[in-house]
Amino acid sequence: MLSLLAQGTEFVRPDVDFHAFAPELVLTGAIVLVLLVDLFTPASSRGVVPQVAGVGLLAAMVPVLTLALDGTDRSLFGGAYAVDNFALVLKALFLVAGYVVVLLSTNYIAEGDYDEGEYYFLLLSSILGMTVMASSRDLISIFVALELLSIPAYMLAGWRKRDLHGNEAGAKYYLMGVFASAVMLYGMSLLYGFAGSTLLSDIGATIGEGDTRPLVTLGIILVIVGFAFKVSAVPFHTWAPDTYEGAPTPITAFLAVSSKAAGFVALLQLILVAFPGRTDVVGPLMWVLAALTMTVGNLIALRQTNIVRLLAYSGVAQAGFILAPLAVVGTNPDGALQAIITYLLIYAAMNLGAFAVVLAVARKTRSAEISTWGGLFEYAPGLTVLMSLFLFSLAGIPPLGGWLAKFVVFRSLLEPDLTAGGVTLAVVVGVNSVIALYYYANVARQMWMMPNPDGDRTPVRIPVSLGAALTLSIGVTVAFGVTNLATRFGDLAHLLPA
Amino acid sequence: MDDLLLNQFLLLGAVLFCLGVYGVLVRRNAVLVLMSIELILNAVNINLIAFGAWRGDVAGSVFALFVIAIAAAEVGVGLAIVLLIYRNRRSVDLDDIAELKG
Repeated sequence: MLSLLAQGTEFVRPDVDFHAFAPELVLTGAIVLVLLVDLFTPASSRGVVPQVAGVGLLAAMVPVLTLALDGTDRSLFGGAYAVDNFALVLKALFLVAGYVVVLLSTNYIAEGDYDEGEYYFLLLSSILGMTVMASSRDLISIFVALELLSIPAYMLAGWRKRDLHGNEAGAKYYLMGVFASAVMLYGMSLLYGFAGSTLLSDIGATIGEGDTRPLVTLGIILVIVGFAFKVSAVPFHTWAPDTYEGAPTPITAFLAVSSKAAGFVALLQLILVAFPGRTDVVGPLMWVLAALTMTVGNLIALRQTNIVRLLAYSGVAQAGFILAPLAVVGTNPDGALQAIITYLLIYAAMNLGAFAVVLAVARKTRSAEISTWGGLFEYAPGLTVLMSLFLFSLAGIPPLGGWLAKFVVFRSLLEPDLTAGGVTLAVVVGVNSVIALYYYANVARQMWMMPNPDGDRTPVRIPVSLGAALTLSIGVTVAFGVTNLATRFGDLAHLLPA
Repeated sequence: MDDLLLNQFLLLGAVLFCLGVYGVLVRRNAVLVLMSIELILNAVNINLIAFGAWRGDVAGSVFALFVIAIAAAEVGVGLAIVLLIYRNRRSVDLDDIAELKG
């Protein structure tokens, strides 16, 4: 072994830019700290663990901000890892959304019969995978980031380990997720074979330019299908409702927002950097996926009686809206990128807010059935108003954030000039927005007009952390609606040119 | 490596991939589904190493090493989940795991 090493050329230490890595390094430090704190504190004072996790996530935001102020695009490891505005905007999204999930988890996990230290350790590991995903510009680093964010999520989904529903949630998520990543890897192996490189920019240069060999097309389709599972696009959505219902509710929020956003990030990087010359395959595939996803998601959401399942199917439908701009990526790539980033930012705020209200109400009703929400306005007027705002934002009613999100999707579909695919998909988006309004309004009707089913009118006590999460998400939802902050972030987020 | 040899490896990979996908879709025992997923991952490794050797490029072998290491972690988590299910219901038949519907 040593003689073999001596034969090799002299080892040259790669020049590592630690500033570019700083958010991930801080997060890794926080992960170790969470484990140590859990190890050395007595069980009675474990309440400090979520605080350490939250501070760690906020501390990781500091280098993201300094990198953003510095403003230079950085590219490491021969282009496999890029720190550009695209990566920074999404890292900020993952860290802040992760912080809100920690706030949602604090009381839920402490009051349930759960292990606390490992929970936050796994949650932070998954968020670390997402921040790595935002910078990955190479098949290997995309794969490693995907598994780093997925494997902890499988365990978190099955966290209620003595509960049959919890087991089922974990098992379904795991089996579908692993199968999807195996199929995606087979596609990646074909892409590597035909391009001769794992770098996305090299793949874009060699096979992206109109290489129509069938195996290349198969590779592209398999990779996209693998990520379609992650973003719960129909027909690969079957795990989502069962997993969302059986998982702990804060983890449901995490999967519905952060994990889904990470899937879209990978899709954007692959489609815009690696397959820009193959929009003849990507465009129609995305058209079908988007139309199916929003229609099927909305139609099944119409007959849900459980609020978590309703939000799960609404999340499937929202994924369809987010996929829609990718159908016109051939004619309007910049508009598609901007629309998707804007939508992801707004969707994160309003969906996390809706889950925060569900958690708060479930503290009193101990149920997620919509029928138990009757008369909520009588004893929890504040929560009722907040939930109505989040629901109307999800439905896309101005002046809330969701309206702007729908608007940028329409604009990306109809610009720069009208295409048959763009116009027809815009019609499908419009029809689906109306269907969605029906079931969102139905929940609002239950809260405002229906009688209280059990007559119990004790007010809902909202713990500090849950209140902070609610304040943060309603503030961002309204701010994104009345200002152009979200579109400005969307404009900022340009991918480093290949 | 010449093109003919590469084709044989790719064919082996494709057969393993199809067997794995068939197993995942048809088998109802959770452990056998996990084994079928391993077949797909092995098809991936054969493809990667064959392509790497054909091109004289080390990236394929490196990718395969990453796949092997991460697959081990994945199966560890998967077996833990299957074990939990077995403890709670004395069966690992996937058709039995259908409490949640709608």
